[in-house]
Amino acid sequence: MKSKQDNGLSRRNFVKNSTLATTGLLSASLPVGAMAHVNGDKKLKVALVGCGGRGTGAIVQALQADENTKLVAMADAFQDKVEKSLKAVQEHFDGVKKIKLNPKHQFSGFDAYKKAIDMADVVILTTPPGFRPYHFEYAINNGKHVFMEKPVATDPVGVRKVLEVARKAREKKLNVVVGLQRHYQKKYIDLYEKIKAGKIGRITGGQVYWNSPGVWVRERQPGQTEMEYQMRNWYYFNWLCGDHILEQHIHNIDVANWFIGGYPAQAQGMGGRQVRNGKDHGEIFDHHFVEFTYDSGAIISSQCRHQRGCMRRVDENLQGTEGSVQSRKGTLIDLDGNEMYKYKSDALNEPNPYQVEHDRLFASIRNGGVIADAENGAKSTLTAIMGRMATYSGKVITWDQAMNSDLQIMPETVDWNSNPPTMPDSNGMYPIPTPGITEF
Amino acid sequence: MKYGVIKILLNALLLSAFGEIEKEYVQSIPGTQEKIAMAFIPGGAFTMGSEKSEQGHFGDEGPQHQVEIDPFWMGKFEITWDLYELFVARNIDGKQPQKLAGDEVNIDVDGVSGATQPYTEMSFGMGVEGYPAICMTQLAAAKFCEWLSAMTGNFYRLPTEAEWEYACRAGTKTAYSFGDDPADLHIYGWYEGNSDGAYHQVGQKKPNPWGLYDMHGNVSEWTLDKYVPTVYKPRKRKTVSNPLQKPTKTYPRVVRGGAWSDKASRLRSATRRPSSKKWKKRDPQIPKSLWWHTDAPFVGFRVVRPMKTPTPEEQKQYWN
Repeated sequence: MKSKQDNGLSRRNFVKNSTLATTGLLSASLPVGAMAHVNGDKKLKVALVGCGGRGTGAIVQALQADENTKLVAMADAFQDKVEKSLKAVQEHFDGVKKIKLNPKHQFSGFDAYKKAIDMADVVILTTPPGFRPYHFEYAINNGKHVFMEKPVATDPVGVRKVLEVARKAREKKLNVVVGLQRHYQKKYIDLYEKIKAGKIGRITGGQVYWNSPGVWVRERQPGQTEMEYQMRNWYYFNWLCGDHILEQHIHNIDVANWFIGGYPAQAQGMGGRQVRNGKDHGEIFDHHFVEFTYDSGAIISSQCRHQRGCMRRVDENLQGTEGSVQSRKGTLIDLDGNEMYKYKSDALNEPNPYQVEHDRLFASIRNGGVIADAENGAKSTLTAIMGRMATYSGKVITWDQAMNSDLQIMPETVDWNSNPPTMPDSNGMYPIPTPGITEF
Repeated sequence: MKYGVIKILLNALLLSAFGEIEKEYVQSIPGTQEKIAMAFIPGGAFTMGSEKSEQGHFGDEGPQHQVEIDPFWMGKFEITWDLYELFVARNIDGKQPQKLAGDEVNIDVDGVSGATQPYTEMSFGMGVEGYPAICMTQLAAAKFCEWLSAMTGNFYRLPTEAEWEYACRAGTKTAYSFGDDPADLHIYGWYEGNSDGAYHQVGQKKPNPWGLYDMHGNVSEWTLDKYVPTVYKPRKRKTVSNPLQKPTKTYPRVVRGGAWSDKASRLRSATRRPSSKKWKKRDPQIPKSLWWHTDAPFVGFRVVRPMKTPTPEEQKQYWN
C-alpha cells in the first residue's frame, strides 16, 4: 500500500501532468484502503480506450450501469473513430441525459490511452486485443478499475504480462471484469451450477464450435500506409487480432475450461486458409480444428471456421460420466439420451449479459468488492493461443510450452512511422503460417 | 363501395388482358442456381381482422372490415438462408443483367446498400440449407427485395400487412386457413408444440389453399406496415383498398404469421405482432446494427411482386 507521502506526490504530479484542476480527479490516487469507502457515493469517472462498435457499446453499458458516472475521456488510434463513437453515445442517451466531452479529452494516436486512463476511475479497454496487456498494465499501475474485452493478449508474452498485472490488481483490490460474457449470462450460470452439483458426473470430453460465415473486411484505401491499413483491417493480422480461434472461438473454449474446472495440458490440431485467402484477408486461417487434452484425460474437440455456405454452429457440448450438456439448447441429457433438464429461456426478458458485466463491475466498486476475472481471461486466452500454435506448427503444444514460450508477435512499441510486424510481398500477399514448417 | 366494384371489374379486365402472366412462375437469379417459386394471388376482397369470439382474439385484430387487394405474386416459401446469404455476401452482383426497356425496374445493383456481416452467428445453429433466414431487420429485408429487383429486372418488395393476411387466408374466414381447430395445426405449420425449439426447412408442411407454405408458423414474416393497434377502428363499416400504414419510425412495425417459438393462437391468420427495440437487446455494439436483430430468431420474410408495377419513385419508398 502506498504511504501518505507517496499519495501527496502522485496527486501533485497527476494534476500537473494532466493540466487539469477539476476536483474529484484525485481520489483515484487515494490509498486503496480508503477507496472502497470513498466509492460509496462519489461520481465515478469513466474513460473509453478503443472506440469501435464494441467499445461504444461497452461505454454506454458502463454509463447506464450506475447513476453517478461520467464519461471523462475517449481514446483511439484514429481521431475519426473517437468522433463517431462520441456521437453514437450522445445519440444513444438523447433525451435521457446529456453527454458532453471536451474536445481536449478526445485523444487519438498510439499513446492516447495513457491520457484517457489518467483521467478516470474506471477504464474500458476495447482496442484490438494485441494492445490489451499494455493498456491493462498502465491502468492497474495507476489504480484504475477495469472492464476489458476478450481476448486479453495475442501472444504468450502478453498473456504473462496480464497474469502478472492481474496479481497486482488483486493486491490493490481493483475490480477487473473480462468480456467473456457467458460468465454473466443466466443460462450459462444455471448450467454451470447444475454441472458443478454433479448432474452429469465428471466431464470426460466435449465439442466446442464457432463455425460461421466470418466477419467484416475493411478494404485498403488509397494513400494509407501499411500501418494504417492493418490497424483498420485489424481482424486479419495476428499481432492485433490473434486469429479467429482466439478472437472469437475463445468464448467456446473458455466454456469448456470453466465447466471442466481447469485448463488443458496439451493441444494438437490442424488448420488452414482455403476459401478466405485473398489480399484483403491478411494472414489468418479460415479454419482450425484442435484437440485439447486435460489432465484428467478429458478431450475437447474445438472447431472454428469462417467460410460461407457451410454448416454453422456456435455451441458447446460436454459429455460426463453420468450425462451430457448441450449449451445452445440449454439441456442436460442422461446416458440413455433422455432430457433430464431444460433451461427455460426467456431471451427477450432476461438481463442482457453485456449489461450485467457492467452492473456487477460498478456494484462491486461501490461495495468495495473485488471481481478478479483477469486470471481466467489470460488463461483462456492462452488456451486458444496454444490451439493456434498447434494448428500453425502442426506440432503437439503443451500448456507449459505455451505458457513459457518466448513467442511475441505484438511489438513493445508501435507508432505511425513504423512498419507492422508482418508485411505484404510485391503481390500484396502476406506470409502464411505453414504446418510442418512454421515453428512455434 | 361502387368504386370498389368498378375496381374489381377493372382488375378482372386487366387480368384477362395479361392472360398468361396470371400464373405462378419461378424466378431465377443470374449467377446462382437458387430460385424463388412465386404463386399468383388474384385480386379480390376479404374481411380483415378477427371477431371477438375467435379463440385467442386480441384487441388489435378488430373491428373486422372489408379490404380490397390488387393482384400480385407471392413467394411460396419464406426466403431461405441460401438466398439471403447471396445478398449478404454480394459476390454474384457482377452477374446482374443489362436492364431492358420492358423491365419493371431500372436500377444498378451497385447502388443497393448491403447488410454488414454480423459478428454473431445468426442462424443460432438451427440450420442453413433450405432453412428460413432470420434475425434481419425490416430494412434489411426491404434491401434484399431491392437487390433481388436489381438482379432480376422484376419489381419485388415486402407485402403490406393487408396483402399478407389476404394471402394467408386464401379465401377462408376461419382462425387458420385450414379451419378453427388448433389440433390440426401440426399438419400446416411449426409452432411451440411441434418445433422442438427451432425453425425447420421451408415447405415441409401442407400449403394453404393458394399454395403458400408456412404462412402459419416456422418464422414470423415482415410486412411493410407500421404497427398501429387501433388502425382497424377508422376502417369500420368501410371498404378500404390496398391499405398501408407507412412507418415513420423504426419501431414498432408489423410481423405476421407467428413462429416456431409461439403458441398456437399466435399463428392465426389475424394475429399481429409489433417489432420492438428489445429485438436488438444483445447486440453488443453501439450504434446497434441497422441490419440484424440479435434477439429475433423468430423473424424472417417472403417477397411479393405486384402485378401493377409502381413508378421508380414509388419503388424507392418500398425499399427504404
